[in-house]
Amino acid sequence: MVKMTGAEMLLECFKKERVSQIFGYPGGVVLPIFDALYKDPSLSVVLTRHEQGAVHAAEGYARSTGEVGVVLVTSGPGATNTVTGLADANMDSIPLVVVTGQVPTKMIGNDAFQEADIVGISRSCTKHNYLVRDISELPRIMKEAFYIARSGRPGPVLVDVPKDVIVDRAEFRYPETLALRGYNPTVHGNRWQIRKAAGLIAKAKKPVLYVGGGVISSDSHAELAELVSLTKIPVTLTLMGLGAYPGNDPLFMGMLGMHGTYTANMAVHHSDLLIAVGVRFDDRVTGKISEFSPHSKVIHIDIDPTSIRKNFRVDVPVVGDARLILSDLLEDVRKIQEEEGLADLADWHEQIAHWKEEHPLTYRHDTEIIKPQFVIEKAFDLTGGDCIVSTDVGQHQMWTAQYFKFLRPRTWLTSGGLGTMGYGFPAAIGAQRAFPKARVIAVTGEGSFMMNIQEMATVASMEIPVKIVVLNNKYLGMVRQWQEFFYGGRYSSSFVGQSPDFVKLAEAFGVAGFRATRTGEVEDVLLKGLSTKGPVLMEFMVDPEENVFPMVPAGGSNIEMIFEAPPASSGKASRPSRKEKDSVITA
Amino acid sequence: MSLSPQKRHYIQVLVENRFGVLSRVAGLFSARGYNIESLSVGAGQDPSVAQMTIVTVGDDHVVEQITKQLNKLVDTIKVVDLSTTPFVSRETILVKVNTTTRPEDRQEAFRIAEIFRASIVDSSPSTYTLMATGEEEKIEAMIALLRPLGIKELVRSGTIAIAREEVRISSRGSRHENEITA
Repeated sequence: MVKMTGAEMLLECFKKERVSQIFGYPGGVVLPIFDALYKDPSLSVVLTRHEQGAVHAAEGYARSTGEVGVVLVTSGPGATNTVTGLADANMDSIPLVVVTGQVPTKMIGNDAFQEADIVGISRSCTKHNYLVRDISELPRIMKEAFYIARSGRPGPVLVDVPKDVIVDRAEFRYPETLALRGYNPTVHGNRWQIRKAAGLIAKAKKPVLYVGGGVISSDSHAELAELVSLTKIPVTLTLMGLGAYPGNDPLFMGMLGMHGTYTANMAVHHSDLLIAVGVRFDDRVTGKISEFSPHSKVIHIDIDPTSIRKNFRVDVPVVGDARLILSDLLEDVRKIQEEEGLADLADWHEQIAHWKEEHPLTYRHDTEIIKPQFVIEKAFDLTGGDCIVSTDVGQHQMWTAQYFKFLRPRTWLTSGGLGTMGYGFPAAIGAQRAFPKARVIAVTGEGSFMMNIQEMATVASMEIPVKIVVLNNKYLGMVRQWQEFFYGGRYSSSFVGQSPDFVKLAEAFGVAGFRATRTGEVEDVLLKGLSTKGPVLMEFMVDPEENVFPMVPAGGSNIEMIFEAPPASSGKASRPSRKEKDSVITA
Repeated sequence: MSLSPQKRHYIQVLVENRFGVLSRVAGLFSARGYNIESLSVGAGQDPSVAQMTIVTVGDDHVVEQITKQLNKLVDTIKVVDLSTTPFVSRETILVKVNTTTRPEDRQEAFRIAEIFRASIVDSSPSTYTLMATGEEEKIEAMIALLRPLGIKELVRSGTIAIAREEVRISSRGSRHENEITA
């Protein structure tokens, strides 16, 4: 058998795992790997302009395809720059394999040039990580890394490969089987528990399906749709779950939680049976946990046993893969329906219709000043939802979650758990690489966009046709909203009016740029932007003081939603006027 | 979540005997804010496995999370919360005491060692080093009695614990019981 270098072996491992796309950035110790990539055109590399961008791009690729995203970076700063992306993927259960270079084994611990203990640093923000100490371990570790990343509750796995292992030579044998005695995720749900769950579902008078990202990770949207069509149970989705159930379906109540709809939060609160699928009862979802869904019995389906009873009580826990569990559950519910029939939900549906009417999602339209919600609505109308949308973090993220109706799974990419500003644009790049013909829109704000703006060079140089929508309100909007409501209107460090001219900047990068400053221009700019070939930036100068509603103030109960600025926030009068303030800050 | 009383738990963890595993376990406790009262590690019968005993304090909910989180680590092979079954726990200490603070101290140290079945593993003209093994209560009691002599140095091994075999009523069983209370 011919001997291979560690670098060549790595590429062989990638191919064995059906990888075709790598996101990365070269540097000292990984040069032999990049050299091997140069000679092997079957693996395509996207050179991002920052390692953080590479990890988010791989996340976007992974979330939009369901495959493992692959990142390759160098040691030291290359490795430490991946940490935010790793933490993001870890929170949102995104499967990644991140390969980092490391200084030669003999120099580890000597504070060598570009040395960082990335295995130590990333331990708490990866699902698992490895330091390859000998070339003979490399194939086994790579096989384990991919398996761990994609199985069970998915997550990022980091593999640190020292320079001497990269250049060493050995025979390549990819293991056929895995020997991980400590890792064996439960996939099949307990049948007895599932039968119990079916019994509760059949009898519940006010059931609610509370569904999250786990349904997307496990590709169980079809089983979910079947369960809903059989039982007519209304559905609410978490931020990570959007797209798991069609956003335009009458049984969809919208997102729940801090910026969820009135209907979803009321329904969960008054529910007598909460069917939680692929969710982890995040604090942004539950609000004050002691007052969350106080009257319900709880069925909790999740593949991660630690999610169960971590934050919230449960009556029927079912650990396993949501797709397998939902199809077993369907079978059991169908049997009950045939034998005894299901509870009548007419009153419950009527109540929900009443809530929908009482407080629909709404904003005050303005014919002059652009309302950010209007831009999102228009983007949905013009595309018919036939696109992949990513966001950064903040107000624009919530407006997109509320006003864009996601119709299919894996068309919505957002940073939910970690809340990473700078996630959205590179994530869109990753999705666009996976689906070169799809329309991919990155919705961002002028604050978040600046956090990974360098990736404009990536899209320009590789002609990746991502469409960027910047909602520019001159503020770190969500920070400003909290300051208006809860900090007496003292806008400390939230005014970013001195942003660059994004249209000119886009042009400087080689990206087409358009701007809308009045409501009347929104549709034109969107049409022009979406129909222009190649990467495009569209900037919308939106109402600087628009707020995200409804809102559950932090620590409040989910039924204490507010629909306008709280009276306590009329600190507005005492704070300096906008004009004075702006001049103070820009001075 | 409903509050249950704080209790001491003895958790046995079987992990892969690999580089970095200890820091994964220790890191899990610090990252999630769990207590570690003591932790002891050593290679198991199978040298590819390491055996840990972790003593932690928490209510039922916290301890349930601890065992689940430990299980979630890829390198963890098995987790047993011994507190749910009968078990035996032991700790070893080495303690160096002054024997010249008061005139009777050298004999006093000797007597204390006898009472607690400690052995004197080192001696100098002014000190004894005692080694004792036992359950926490015994160890604490011995330390309390030695304190007036002046403890120069104290080293504790951390607790190790093992589940009891099913208790059988027999004459052997009673002798077994005697050993345990010793």
